[in-house]
Amino acid sequence: MIETALLLLFLGVISGTLGSLLGIGGGMIVIPVLTVMVGLPIRYAIGASVIAVIATSSGATIAYLRDDLLNLRVAMFLEIATTIGAITGAILTGIIHPLWLETIFGLFLLYSCFNMIQKLWGKGKANQTIVVHPDQWANKLKLNGSYYDKVSMSQNDYEVTHVPGGFAMMYGAGLASGLLGIGSGVFKVIAMDTIMKMPLKPSSATSNLMMGVTAAASATVYFFDGAIKPEIAAPLALGILVGAAIGTRIMQRIQPRVLRIIFVPILFYMGLQMFLKGFGVTF
Amino acid sequence: MKNQQNKTEMDNVEQLIGKVMQVGVLLAAAVMLIGVLMLLLTGKSGYSGSFHPTTFSSLIQGAIGLKSYAIIMIGLFLLILTPVLRVIVSIYAFYVAHDKMYVWITTLVLIILIFAMVIGMFGV
Repeated sequence: MIETALLLLFLGVISGTLGSLLGIGGGMIVIPVLTVMVGLPIRYAIGASVIAVIATSSGATIAYLRDDLLNLRVAMFLEIATTIGAITGAILTGIIHPLWLETIFGLFLLYSCFNMIQKLWGKGKANQTIVVHPDQWANKLKLNGSYYDKVSMSQNDYEVTHVPGGFAMMYGAGLASGLLGIGSGVFKVIAMDTIMKMPLKPSSATSNLMMGVTAAASATVYFFDGAIKPEIAAPLALGILVGAAIGTRIMQRIQPRVLRIIFVPILFYMGLQMFLKGFGVTF
Repeated sequence: MKNQQNKTEMDNVEQLIGKVMQVGVLLAAAVMLIGVLMLLLTGKSGYSGSFHPTTFSSLIQGAIGLKSYAIIMIGLFLLILTPVLRVIVSIYAFYVAHDKMYVWITTLVLIILIFAMVIGMFGV
C-alpha cells in the first residue's frame, strides 16, 4: 500500500509541475498511468483526474496571484462560457455521439499545433512583438492587461482581440470537458493564445485558474457517485500541490518560446489521439 | 488618477485573496495528509472491503469515529470547494475595486457554478 501511495505521490509531482506550467489539467498524464500502470478501472481514473485538475489549479493559483501573471477579468468573463458549456455537455451525454466530437476536436488541435509551429518558426525570437488591435469587446469588457516577466525583467502590456471567437471556443472547451472528460485546459490556452492573441504566459496562468472552476462544476457528480477513490485521489492530489508550486516557479523563469516548444508536441499527441479515437483507433 | 488608485487597491486585495486561498488549500491538504498518514500507519480504512463513504452524514459519522477514509474524503471535498472560494473572493476583489460590471459577471459565474454542483449532488 505504501508503494502505491509513493507512486501516486510521484505521479502527482510530475503531473502538477507540467500541468501548472502549461495551464493544462494533466488528465492526459494521470489517466493513462492510472489505467495502465495501476490497473485502475477508467471510471476511477477519470474521478482521480478531476481531483488532479482542481489540485493543479488551486495549487498554481496561490502562486500566480502573488506573481500577478493571470488576468482575472478574462478568466471570469470566459468562465461564463466554459461552465455553461460543461453543463450542456453533461446534459448532451448520450444524445451527441462523442466519436464525432472527438474527430472534430482532434482535427482542431492538430490545426492549432500547426499554427503554433508557424509562430515558432515565422516570428523567430521576436515572438512578443506582435501588434494586436483590440476589438470593441476587449475595450468594453476591460480585458486588456499587463504582466511582469521575470526573464526579460519587464512589465508587458498586452491587448486582446477576437473576444466573441474566444468566448465561443471557451464554450467548446466546456462542452468537451463535460462530454469527453478531457482536454479542456488545452482548448482554453488555445482560445486565449491563438484566437484572442493573449501572450502565452498569462494565457497558461489564466487557463489554470479557469480549469479548477470548470472541474469543480463536475467534481460533485464524481464525488457523490463514488468515482473518487480516497486512497488514489488523495496521495495524487498531495503530490500535485507540491508539483504545482514547482511548475509555477519554473514558469516565472522560462522563455515564452521554450514554453511553446514544450506545448507543441503535447498538442500534437492529444490531437492525433482524439482524431484517431474518432475512427476507433486508441493508443 | 482614479484608475491608478483602483489598481493599487486591487493589488492589495489580490494579496489578501492569495492569503485566503492559501489557508483554504493548505487546510484541504492538511486534512488529506492526516487521513493518508492514518491509513498508511494503521492499514485500516475504517470500512469493510473497498467501500468508501460519500454521503454527508456518513462522512461526519466516520470522521467522529476517526476512520481514515472518511477524513480523506472530507479533505478531498474541501479541495473541490477551493475553486468556489476563489470565485467568491474574486467578487469581493471587484467590489473593492468599484468594478460593478465584473461584480455582476463574477456573481453570474458563481450562480452557474453552484447550480452545476447542486445538479451533481442530487443528479439531473
